Amino acid sequence: MKWFRKPSSAPLWQDEFPVFTAEERYVSRRQFTKFLTLTSLAMFAGNLWILMRSILHRAPSYPRQAVAALDEVAVGGLKIFAYPTVNDPCILVRTADDSYVAYSQKCTHLSCAVYYETETKRLACPCHQGYFSIADGSVLQGPPQRPLPRVALEKRGGELVAVRLEGEGV
Amino acid sequence: MFGMEFYVDPSRCIGCQSCLKACEECDTHRGVSMINFDFVDRGETIATAAYVCWHCDNPTCAQVCPADAIKKYEDGIVGSSLKPRCIGCSNCVLACPFGIPKLIPENEQMMKCDMCYDRTSVGKRPMCATVCPSQALAYVTPETIAATRRQKPVNTFRFGNQKITTKVFMMAPADAAEIAIDVADYTWEGEHEVVPQAF
Repeated sequence: MKWFRKPSSAPLWQDEFPVFTAEERYVSRRQFTKFLTLTSLAMFAGNLWILMRSILHRAPSYPRQAVAALDEVAVGGLKIFAYPTVNDPCILVRTADDSYVAYSQKCTHLSCAVYYETETKRLACPCHQGYFSIADGSVLQGPPQRPLPRVALEKRGGELVAVRLEGEGV
Repeated sequence: MFGMEFYVDPSRCIGCQSCLKACEECDTHRGVSMINFDFVDRGETIATAAYVCWHCDNPTCAQVCPADAIKKYEDGIVGSSLKPRCIGCSNCVLACPFGIPKLIPENEQMMKCDMCYDRTSVGKRPMCATVCPSQALAYVTPETIAATRRQKPVNTFRFGNQKITTKVFMMAPADAAEIAIDVADYTWEGEHEVVPQAF
């Protein structure tokens, strides 16, 4: 089996349909079948691996982290913090007297930092005019396809504590 | 492969036709013999000649095949026509200087000796050579032939201007370098000539 065409003085038809099997460059039916079978097997193994990974995947554990004191942020105000690691900026918004919400600040489109638009009461991404609902982080408008990951908060004593990130990687 | 070569010696042929029967046994062409068997000149002599495909180094049959149905394999065997490709055009039948290929009309396919490729490719001897009682068809090592025969194996043939070298050997007189055949010498003329009648 010669894969590469070598310069030949023979006419093209002789070159393409040689008498000698050793000079054939074209893939035989058996080789093609073998290729198909092995490729299908590889695809099957890959799918199996993905399936096993999703079955065996365990939810990551999140640290508990104090975010802010209850009266630290005014109603309609916000605070930027990092959760769960220092490289994951999040935004805390006090939407009402006793209502706090926190979301990851990375836009789900291209990871620009979203900010809180106080006039329209929604989270806005300045890069491509993506807008997220402040109530649940769902996409209102723009190129993002997925909602913002939500930071689950607990009130503990006089503090807000972040306990986990919801909807990450969805 | 396996150090064996095929030697044909028509002078040893006793006309028993065992080779034809053995060849017919093969499951790949049951009932059809791939041996070429000739009564040399039936009116004058009882001489017979059985021979197989010569498996030319540059096979004429494959060169003229318009359907790419005849292939020469890497171990030197020229295969029978590939059934899905053969169109039964008889080009090979007409072109082969040895007259080996046979068109099987029922199959619309040319079939010829492939030296029992299923057997020889795994080191077994071809059916005809295993049954030939006088070893006119012999599949042995060159050493065996040199030790047991007076003739010399020749695999160069000349048909007019066409020079052919083959995988199969013909046993020839010891002084012969090649076997030259002028086809015109073997055409019957004169007393057997059929004169076309003018109407």
